[in-house]
Amino acid sequence: MALFSRTPRAPLEYSRTLWMRLWVGAVMVFLYAPLVVLIIFSFNDSKRNVVWRGFTTKYYEKAMGNDQLVEALLNSLTIAALATVASLVIGTFAAVMLWRFRFPLKGAIDGTISLPIIVPEICLGVAFLMFFAAVDWPTDLIWPFNLGAITIAHITFCFPFVTMVVRSRLATFNREQEEAAKDLGASEGQVFRDVLIPHIKPALVAGALLSFTLSLDDFVITYFTSGPDTITFPVKVYSMVRFSVTPEVNAASTLLIILTVALTFVALKLQGVKAIAETH
Amino acid sequence: MAEQDWKTNKRVFAAVSLPTLFWVIVFFLVPMAIVWLYSFGENKGLTEIEFSGTLENYKRATEWLYVTIFGKSFAVAALVTLICLIIGFPVAMAITFASEKWRPWLLLGIMLPFWTNLLIRTYALMMLLGTQGFANKGLGALWEGTSWIKTLVGLQPLPTWEPVQLLFNNFAVVFGLVYVHLPFMVLPLYAALDRLDRSLIEASLDLGAGHFRTIMRIVVPLAAPGIIAGVMITLIPALGAYLTPDLMGGTDSQMIANVIERQFKKANDWPFGAALSFLLIYAMFALIAIQSMRKKVPEIR
Repeated sequence: MALFSRTPRAPLEYSRTLWMRLWVGAVMVFLYAPLVVLIIFSFNDSKRNVVWRGFTTKYYEKAMGNDQLVEALLNSLTIAALATVASLVIGTFAAVMLWRFRFPLKGAIDGTISLPIIVPEICLGVAFLMFFAAVDWPTDLIWPFNLGAITIAHITFCFPFVTMVVRSRLATFNREQEEAAKDLGASEGQVFRDVLIPHIKPALVAGALLSFTLSLDDFVITYFTSGPDTITFPVKVYSMVRFSVTPEVNAASTLLIILTVALTFVALKLQGVKAIAETH
Repeated sequence: MAEQDWKTNKRVFAAVSLPTLFWVIVFFLVPMAIVWLYSFGENKGLTEIEFSGTLENYKRATEWLYVTIFGKSFAVAALVTLICLIIGFPVAMAITFASEKWRPWLLLGIMLPFWTNLLIRTYALMMLLGTQGFANKGLGALWEGTSWIKTLVGLQPLPTWEPVQLLFNNFAVVFGLVYVHLPFMVLPLYAALDRLDRSLIEASLDLGAGHFRTIMRIVVPLAAPGIIAGVMITLIPALGAYLTPDLMGGTDSQMIANVIERQFKKANDWPFGAALSFLLIYAMFALIAIQSMRKKVPEIR
């Protein structure tokens, strides 16, 4: 061990011990190797995934030419965008309500709002399936209104996360700022817009990112709420994986991974690595 | 930080509470109530369901077949949580004590897979674990290597390598669930360890305890709330996992979620599926109740 470290290791520098480094390195390999292999093999010129037969981008062309897949991706992005906006509004209102007011049944309401995070996905999916069947939700609407059912389901499990991050940010808000603004003649609306919103902006960015990825990621709940005309990207990939494992799935997956990484880096640019890490 | 009474400013309270309450009631509580009602109903004909207040569905859930599936799901989830804890704890330690420069990047390294689509991650793992995948090739090469070394020292070579079945069995389910849930464990562990008072660890080391003893006697008890949080955050989704056992499991690796799904798609027995869903939810509540009970113990002492 001592061979590798130039300066003597302080007792608490656990991350400088060799076995710790090996352990972390092995975990990173474990987490990333499957994804790296998936990306590499999306460029493989072979119908089956197993042997490397040379570089090609034809599976990307094939994936982009697959109308159903492109439509599913568009649906997913639309749903994620709509669910994010609605979750931000509802989630922020809920956070402000719980932070600012004292009211009857507060504990029960507080618990109920975070319940969608705890209830297993499968149960939530089943609940929405039964709910939309019971209210006879119309299924023959034109795009994008046919995505309504899925979007509603996504908002329900996304907004509690927004509430969570916004609430922890509100805890650091200095009430005197609000009072000062009011003394200077600001209305409730103005205080909300010009004092509160700027303060919670980092939480809003984090909440938006969280909602967007959660919505884009969701398979189980969507699987129960989607109809034959409202396929989302994960549902489409699921049926492709069940049917057969092809480089086309790899290509489509790679595109989504790139999108996720890009989103993460946008968030990093906006907030810095540390702030992002802390919101989790 | 005085909270305002809602009566002092009813207009603002209504503005912030009504959208939330409307959404929670209409699009969460009502759907859940429908499931609950259905769990006391029975099938009459193909699409007709009668709410007869029967307990037949819950009685059916106590049949041996379903009890074993519940038990197995718990066992798998517990095993996954344990493995995640063993793998994740040193990683969380390493992140906590990493230099300022490295820490955010290590955290990002853990979080990026967490943000990547679950289905894509499961699919990537399936590619790797297949009979023609790299995991098998790696094991095969290791096997050949051992065989070669054995011949070098004059022993009988090993029999020729047969690809092992790494996919579509219980092993694959556990492996896949660990892969998917590891970040869930590491992040709360890190949050707990980061809050730890380092001088206590230094004191323990100064007083002659070894690193291992310090970790077991000082770090683990102090980080217990975070460890329990990590265990819960991993255990709950692992217990309700659907995708991993569905795609990576074999016919004998069904978990509760798969059985529930079957009641709604193939078997078309909604009341029974509803009853199973609520049993799963009750199990979650029981776990959370146990956790909050344990949290109160140190306060009493």
